[in-house]
Amino acid sequence: MSGKTLYDKLWEEHVVFTEDDGSSLIYIDRQLLHEVTSPQAFEGLRLAGRQVWNASRNLAVADHNVPTTERDKGIADSVSRLQVETLDKNCTEFGITEFTMTDHRQGIVHVIGPEQGATLPGMTVVCGDSHTSTHGASGALAFGIGTSEVEHVLATQCLVQKKAKNLLIQIDGQVGIGITAKDIVLAIIGTIGTAGGNGYTIEFAGAAIRALSMEGRMTVCNMAIEAGARAGLIAVDDVTIDYYRDRPYSPKGSDWFMAERMWQHLHSDDDAVFDKVVKIDASLIKPQVTWGTSPELVIAIDEKIPNPAQEADAVKQQSMVRALDYMGLKAGQAITDIAVDKVFIGSCTNSRIEDLRAAAAIAKGRKIASTIQLALVVPGSGLVKMQAEAEGLDKIFIHAGFEWREPGCSMCLAMNADRLAAGERCASTSNRNFEGRQGYGGRTHLVSPAMAAAAAIAGHFVDVRQF
Amino acid sequence: MQAFTQLTGLVAPLDRANVDTDAIIPKQFLKSIKRAGFGPYLFDEWRYLDHGEPDMDCTNRPINPDFVLNKAQYQQAEILLTRENFGCGSSREHAPWALADFGFRVIIAPSFADIFYNNCFKNGLLPIVLSTETVDQLFGELVDGYQLTVDLSSQKIITAAAASIHFELDENRKYRLLNGLDDIGLTLQQADEIRTYERQRAKIAPWLFVD
Repeated sequence: MSGKTLYDKLWEEHVVFTEDDGSSLIYIDRQLLHEVTSPQAFEGLRLAGRQVWNASRNLAVADHNVPTTERDKGIADSVSRLQVETLDKNCTEFGITEFTMTDHRQGIVHVIGPEQGATLPGMTVVCGDSHTSTHGASGALAFGIGTSEVEHVLATQCLVQKKAKNLLIQIDGQVGIGITAKDIVLAIIGTIGTAGGNGYTIEFAGAAIRALSMEGRMTVCNMAIEAGARAGLIAVDDVTIDYYRDRPYSPKGSDWFMAERMWQHLHSDDDAVFDKVVKIDASLIKPQVTWGTSPELVIAIDEKIPNPAQEADAVKQQSMVRALDYMGLKAGQAITDIAVDKVFIGSCTNSRIEDLRAAAAIAKGRKIASTIQLALVVPGSGLVKMQAEAEGLDKIFIHAGFEWREPGCSMCLAMNADRLAAGERCASTSNRNFEGRQGYGGRTHLVSPAMAAAAAIAGHFVDVRQF
Repeated sequence: MQAFTQLTGLVAPLDRANVDTDAIIPKQFLKSIKRAGFGPYLFDEWRYLDHGEPDMDCTNRPINPDFVLNKAQYQQAEILLTRENFGCGSSREHAPWALADFGFRVIIAPSFADIFYNNCFKNGLLPIVLSTETVDQLFGELVDGYQLTVDLSSQKIITAAAASIHFELDENRKYRLLNGLDDIGLTLQQADEIRTYERQRAKIAPWLFVD
């Protein structure tokens, strides 16, 4: 019998019950809640007269709608305000811990989970948010769910699931200087496409993944969903264990030693068999920039925008034509010739301390170009913000002309006041370049934090390796 | 949950791949704390020429005459025929809520994003995966007034020309959708098993059960 993959192990450890057709009742160790996808779930519980199975398995925070300026003045938009107040009210009613908007631990749900040790190796983690895949960086099985399933987990601590297939993405070798986790994951999506991981759980492995910090690993797993996979995973090693030591919700005392021992097994066996394997040579990865309206429409900074006429597949060709039209770009244009109007450094993909350090290293002693209308830095959490301020990063950004904001999802999806106007072009460290994502008619180019900072300084995309 | 058994309905073609959930229902509508009322804002940025906001009355908004769902012949469509990776992007269940609220009961595509696919079943919406060739063929056959009959029990689509197309589906999902079962109620019938699991797991991983 062949060995097990990390996903196989996590799955088996959480099966409560398996039906004849292979669908299983899976136990969920941690549910994270935010204001956008939870109100209807709580309402469903109330309508059915149901209780929460175990309130302490849940942790809530408002992040999508929160303003990134003048927090103490509350939320100006009454519809957004009602949604955040509804979360507060629901958490109080059902006894769920919430980091409210003025709590210093408040932040993006996928930043605070690991930061607090609320999502740990070996756990099953869910949230009504597709970027829950982020938490797989710790060797947890973490995936996004819809609101009906949020309600299901609140009421039963379980979900009915069918096991996905195993996909191994191995990044061999080491990346060059200036190449970050974001470039790795964008290169992966460029290789396998946004549907490449449909039906799979992806395990990211190889020397280049092992060399990443926990923050970098979270960036990679965060965008597993952009490759079509609900869950991304990275095996536990010393980097993982060191990260979780002494976090507020991490196991304490003898529990910690027990956990540490148990977590050592959270890796795929040497003889594990994957349904599909994709290998990528890390040394060939260059800084990545998306040019279209799907994350798979991505190229390296030194390339030119591809010509749809050279695409054989008619459906893909049509998508490329539409994307060029929406983005206001032409085939054959050099990426470095594209000027940007706004810059956004933040989101659950790239708002952790390492991301801010990388961007600040580029911004230090420089000024943003006069053509840049707005350059935002939005830390992922209150604690990231405090850490960055302790290191003086805020001053570097402000001196360079960036705005230093309060934590939240902000311009990643523009549910709050931070957004693009129609036709505006943004260098963004977020995860989706869909039409209208950052604001109606807005044009998004996904890049790493260093590349975004460099674009802010130059006023157009530049190769951060030559900056 | 709403049951789905059989439907004969008008088919609307949405000839695009990778239709994402931001396109299906833009983020500003996610501020609602309700489950209903998303239909008028389905595909808002493609359907209207102005920028939509929550609670907007859509009856007088300028519509995009080129968008397929605005064409008179598709106003009553109940089946959406589209391309690969439909519903990619976010986990927002507002996407199937909006599709169902508009009147769709079936979506046919060569592939769906996993979370979206799963969310459909919670809302009486049947996503059907067919081969790329079969989807191509249906796009080719589609004329004004084109209808399909979808029978969940026999897992068959019957075309206007009386051709029968089989589709695959998990038994468990099919059973729940056919009967419109309450998923939570079913799981709570296993409450004893869940508690047994918790007791066993607490022995090997006690830190997971510290309140």
